[in-house]
Amino acid sequence: MSTLDPAEGAASLPQGRRLAEAAAATAGAAAATTARPRRPRPRRPRFSPARIGIYAFLMICALFFLLPLYVMLVTSVKPMDEIRLGNLLAWPVHLTLHPWVDAWQAACTGLDCNGIQVGFWNSVRIVVPSTVLSIAVGAVNGYALSFWRPRGAGWLFGVLLVGAFIPYQVMIYPMVRVLASVHLFSSLPGIVVIHTIFGMPVMTLLFRNYYAGIPLELFKAARIDGGGFWRIFFQLMLPMSLPIIVVAMILQVTNIWNDYLLGLVFAGTKNLPMTVQLNNIINTTTGERLYNVNMAATILTSLVPLAVYFISGRWFVRGIASGAVKG
Amino acid sequence: MGALKSQALADVAGKPRHGGAHAGGGGEVTAARQRRPLRPLRKRWPLAAWIALLPMLLTVVFAYLGTMVWTARVSFSNSRTFPSNDFVGFTQYVRLFHNDRWLVSLQHIVLYGACFIVACIVIGMLLAIFIDQRVSAEGVLRTIFLYPYAMSFVATGLVWQWILNPSLGAQAVLRKIGFAHAHFDWIVDQDFVVYTLVIATVWQASGLVMALMLAGLRGVDDELWKAARLDGIPRWRVYVSIVIPMLGPSLSTAFVLLFVMVVKLYDAVVAMTQGGPGTASEVPAKFIMDYLFGRANIGLASAASVVMLLTVLAILAPFFYARSRAAARKDG
Repeated sequence: MSTLDPAEGAASLPQGRRLAEAAAATAGAAAATTARPRRPRPRRPRFSPARIGIYAFLMICALFFLLPLYVMLVTSVKPMDEIRLGNLLAWPVHLTLHPWVDAWQAACTGLDCNGIQVGFWNSVRIVVPSTVLSIAVGAVNGYALSFWRPRGAGWLFGVLLVGAFIPYQVMIYPMVRVLASVHLFSSLPGIVVIHTIFGMPVMTLLFRNYYAGIPLELFKAARIDGGGFWRIFFQLMLPMSLPIIVVAMILQVTNIWNDYLLGLVFAGTKNLPMTVQLNNIINTTTGERLYNVNMAATILTSLVPLAVYFISGRWFVRGIASGAVKG
Repeated sequence: MGALKSQALADVAGKPRHGGAHAGGGGEVTAARQRRPLRPLRKRWPLAAWIALLPMLLTVVFAYLGTMVWTARVSFSNSRTFPSNDFVGFTQYVRLFHNDRWLVSLQHIVLYGACFIVACIVIGMLLAIFIDQRVSAEGVLRTIFLYPYAMSFVATGLVWQWILNPSLGAQAVLRKIGFAHAHFDWIVDQDFVVYTLVIATVWQASGLVMALMLAGLRGVDDELWKAARLDGIPRWRVYVSIVIPMLGPSLSTAFVLLFVMVVKLYDAVVAMTQGGPGTASEVPAKFIMDYLFGRANIGLASAASVVMLLTVLAILAPFFYARSRAAARKDG
């Protein structure tokens, strides 16, 4: 994060908004002093061939990006008879919600026909504790790294960040063995620990950068007043961390919900997350493929991250920008 | 040389740094000065802080370094279902590079990676530049271009598997609207299936590049545009010659992210093609998973993952080096 300099913001107005955003992300207190400068309203250029070209390009791209969403939705409300006609893009003649009901409670994986709801609840059970735990660990790490800076911790953090780029395949098998030896393999606590470990680099980075924007004087004052490690953390830092906790939540909920590989390997058959179950429903089922049910199940699986995305808007972008180190 | 440099630093440290973008330099120096008398407050080995960092220490030592060492060790052994203690040198690596499936996977991932990264960066950049032309409904467009990134690779793979379905999907539509002999059955075509993976994942990831680039473009000073307008330089020319080179840091971030996605490519393949038809869309990550769990040949799989790790490090190291150099320059 860049250092905040009001003078710089005033000089170049377009940067003002970005700065204000950065300020909100780094230190809410600092942002409050400068009123968010308005982006100058330029005279909108009149319509020219170039403008029309710009809009045409953007429209075509938008259609391409929306196409799969449209296909998913339309397919999921068509009866199979209509799908067999091969009109992928056609609006349904007989609109039906049966595929959605089937997808939720009757779609089959192997011999179990309880629908995707099983995976949904498994995913909820995985995502909630994993998110909480990984954020807690990340916040404590970031706090210790930013304010206490014990010797050698910077080096440790460097290794952790590089670790974020190690392909999972290198780590999976040894991790399986380690977890099996402590009887956590194929269990809910096991997968939660795994998500916490793999989420640690980004979470730590996120909180470390956030705390780096908080004035050190504040910490020193708290030290002089006799605050200890945990007291300063819980009473001073944590209440100030709300914005970054929201960003971290968005990041972790989406990442963990969308995870496939780790859930497949570590969760165990009883806790398979929704993504794994979705893939099993669609790709390992024998017999006629019920495309409408499949698409309804796909939408249902994507619903949580999409909801997070549409509700959080700009925060989501901020999350991926700050978590950019991993991706 | 080093002594000279530290001497120069000591000289500068006395007075606030001046000029350049470092208006905040003065503040940093005074902060450093104030920090000195308070030193005793921060112990060298604050016990509580180390206890708090214990999870991180354990993660680094066991989960990151330990697993790497373990995997490297296993790759030099003859392990099958269970790790064994023998030492067979580079046998597994030789075996690996005589394995057709592995070689095919490598070819696919190189082809896929090149197409995917280029397409994502080109599309993402174009979208960002066009959105930056003060278009109306900017927020809506941005939302549309980025939403696929919120979806999982599995969902993406499944949707595109359905769209590209040869008998009921895009090909059927093309034929219905008049192109009676249209051929768009890439997903079942050995020569083209890799490109279907490209289409699906570019759809998902180019919005991310757009978001990163747009943030970079918004950082470009308006003065630059005014100056260019005064000099009568066409806009596209300013973009090509000035603005895009200025976006270097955003571009390198985007590259690193996309590269990591390429290496990790697994979910989308499993969901979309299961590596088929035949082995036409096998990729290294899937090869490793199959040999670890399906075929119980962890020696070979470990050798493959070591190769993967070395490739990642070899490609990313220059980027990190350049970035830390740039950061060091910025700090003075």
